Amino acid sequence: MAFTIRVNGTAHRVDVDGDTPLLWVLRDVLGMCGTKFGCGIGLCGACTVHLDGRPTRSCVTPVGSIGDKALTTVEAIGNTPQGKALQQAWLDFEVGQCGYCQYGQIMSAAALLANTPKPNDADIDAAMSGNVCRCGTYQRIRAAIHRAARMREH
Amino acid sequence: MPDHLPVPRVDRRGFLKVGAAISGGLVIHVVVPIAFRPPWAAEVGPSFDPNAFMRIDRQGVVTLVIPMVEMGQGTYTALPMLLAEELEVPLEHVRLEHAPPNDVLYGNAMVGFQATGMSSSIRAFWTPLRQAGAVARVLLITAAANHWGVDQGTCRAEQGVVWHSTSARRLSYGELADAAAILPVPPPDSVALKDPKDFTLIGTSLKRLDTPYKLSGRMEYGIDVRLPNMKIAAIAISPVFGGRPKSLNEAAARSIKGVRQIVRIDNAVAVIADHTWAAKKGLLAANIQWDDGPHVTVNSSDIIRQLEEASKQPGVVARNEGDAQKALAGATQRIDAIYQVPFLAHAPMEPMNCTVHVRKDGCDLWVGTQVPTRTQSLTAEITGLPKQSVKLHNQLLGGSFGRRLEADGSVLAVKVAQQVDGPVKVVWSREEDIQHDMYRPYYYDRLSAGLDANGKPVAWTHRIAGSSIYARYLPQIFTNGLDRDAVEGAAEPPYELPNIHVDYVRVEPPGIPTAFWRGVGPTHNVFVVESFIDELAAAAKQDPVAYRKALLGHNPRAIGVLDLAAQKAGWGEPLPPGWGRGVSVQFAFDTYLSMVAEVEVTAESLVKVHRIVCAVDCGIVVNPDIIAAQVEGGALFGLTAALYGNITLKNGRVEQSNFHDYQPMRINEAPRIETHLVKSTVSPGGFGEAPTAATAPAVTNAIFAATGNRIRSLPINTALLKSTA
Repeated sequence: MAFTIRVNGTAHRVDVDGDTPLLWVLRDVLGMCGTKFGCGIGLCGACTVHLDGRPTRSCVTPVGSIGDKALTTVEAIGNTPQGKALQQAWLDFEVGQCGYCQYGQIMSAAALLANTPKPNDADIDAAMSGNVCRCGTYQRIRAAIHRAARMREH
Repeated sequence: MPDHLPVPRVDRRGFLKVGAAISGGLVIHVVVPIAFRPPWAAEVGPSFDPNAFMRIDRQGVVTLVIPMVEMGQGTYTALPMLLAEELEVPLEHVRLEHAPPNDVLYGNAMVGFQATGMSSSIRAFWTPLRQAGAVARVLLITAAANHWGVDQGTCRAEQGVVWHSTSARRLSYGELADAAAILPVPPPDSVALKDPKDFTLIGTSLKRLDTPYKLSGRMEYGIDVRLPNMKIAAIAISPVFGGRPKSLNEAAARSIKGVRQIVRIDNAVAVIADHTWAAKKGLLAANIQWDDGPHVTVNSSDIIRQLEEASKQPGVVARNEGDAQKALAGATQRIDAIYQVPFLAHAPMEPMNCTVHVRKDGCDLWVGTQVPTRTQSLTAEITGLPKQSVKLHNQLLGGSFGRRLEADGSVLAVKVAQQVDGPVKVVWSREEDIQHDMYRPYYYDRLSAGLDANGKPVAWTHRIAGSSIYARYLPQIFTNGLDRDAVEGAAEPPYELPNIHVDYVRVEPPGIPTAFWRGVGPTHNVFVVESFIDELAAAAKQDPVAYRKALLGHNPRAIGVLDLAAQKAGWGEPLPPGWGRGVSVQFAFDTYLSMVAEVEVTAESLVKVHRIVCAVDCGIVVNPDIIAAQVEGGALFGLTAALYGNITLKNGRVEQSNFHDYQPMRINEAPRIETHLVKSTVSPGGFGEAPTAATAPAVTNAIFAATGNRIRSLPINTALLKSTA
């Protein structure tokens, strides 16, 4: 079956079964590999994208379920001032180690800041605890989110 | 591991060759002396590879062909810093290239072949890379002096430029590279390396070179590789180790849209498709039936019983000083304990994957691996191709923690690709990744100690029973039945122990493949030794820090880190009820480290780690921020394992399958972690693994301080904890 999906503002026509998770449509069909595969069952957050601004685990979201919702991936996250601020904060704090989970971390952080511009630690815990990092960069993720939130104030 | 290898520590100096690059410019080629070669290592390399190691082109761009792989540990930043320091270029002038497989050109002098692991990168390349930079700098200065007809002594190198001090004339490295390439090469030992006090890059927290690439997506992980006409394979490996596929419904699998082919290999089935989802659905539809083979009756309880029995018999002696049995018999107080640590999976965030294209005349692999030459060699063996026809394109590693020291994933992918026309990317599901890992062994330890009337240990015996990874991985250093990794951190505890006996009993769990895991031997042994020494302090009714200090009189660097950690942690200051502090001290990977954990055990018996303070003496610090990052990451890796890590077997199958039952630590559970560095002028020690080893005992000793419950087996069983809150 063919579906038309809007990814980062561009319409793409993809011919896959409706139950195909967005993750594999992005990575294998459209060749957009910033969205990562980590667990396949929504437990790690590596595959986080935004659907109409809401953080969504693309590994458990069938392509046939999204209709005409706007899909944003990490490839476009630097296009907004807030996404740019997060990327800068990630660099300032040298957050990434292996870096693999950080695409999903930044997507979750961007969704958090969109709703909660000045998050406290509890807000960060609530929004970010679905994103696993095996390198253990959590302390720097927390610091970078606070920094990015402050950057946006100025 | 490296400490057991027959490589002299101090003098890992390289031989340098210098020449011109085909495209112009200067090339420096370093050959590090390697004491022995494993079977897969290349016998002879090309006499001169014009791309080897480091080149400076006519534009002055410095390219370092980097022999180690980046998996998050920061080696892509720290190694170029060594080169840039002596070469006198800003770090951002150094470009990096992954090295191709070649043990002669890119061998790791500490490990014996081209491998990234065992916290060896900085130790192995500390001298050769600085020498390469220094020799290149001398050649560039000489070229400039010749050009100007001035004395070399009046020239100096700075920021990629040679200056003539008195005339202010300047030539850039790019302008000098061709002339430098044809000069006679000074013997590396004749070129003085900088005094550490003159370092301008080493010791500073320079930004990581790989981070901008990663954030921009300009560098790829193995799993991101895309090739024209590439297919994707999903795999199912026999759920029981050693089993084989018996039957499957090929027609049903083929009926899934996008499925192209079903491939059977000895222990697995692969479905080849246009995309991952089709391949996964194909696997499900295939409804594979397995011939489970001989290991179907294996349960964790059997493995533990086997270890327990084996540990009652004497093992191969790893250390014997004085007469521990006699001293034990004469001691005022005797303490006995059994410690156990479980099988562990690595579970890096990037699941196992490998892309392979097998052709009649050659084979290409795209994979993030810690062992490129081992992978190349095994591929050549399977395909019957000569090694030079096997091209390995190394990729960034999305974590590893030792997992990618093994080539099993590449071997499987090559076997699948042999039956596929065109390139195929084999991607494991998380379930396959956890259920077909090669596991950190289960160890069963028996310890006894005798204390004198003052509480001082007069006898110490420690028997370790468990799998030998070396016996399989590097059999040439598994000698006389002793696995030096299995006893590392146990045979040589940092303490003064006058009568000590440490032995090792090799027990292989049936069918379960075992492998190195971040922190290797010390991750197991430091937990055991630092817990047991804490038991002795408690039996002696002494403060755990003071007790350790009294046994470290001969070891000033160990006392240095212990004092620093205790002081920064506020050791001895009051804590709320139900809270406790615990300490650990270790010497491993040529690095001293001490950790203090501040832990709360709640009324519901939940363990909350609030704070970890880590003091580090790793010799000269190359990049302090990378050390801090490794403390934070290593501590959480160790803490995750201590709290949750447990791979168990039932009917020959691994019971855990994904992050719900093989739990990683999450941000809401992560403690505050502080790093404090000791200044030093000693050559750098290894670091990527040290903090992982130190964490579990600091935490379990804190639980003891909080509750009086001694944790002797991991993961921590919170059901057994009684809070004093």
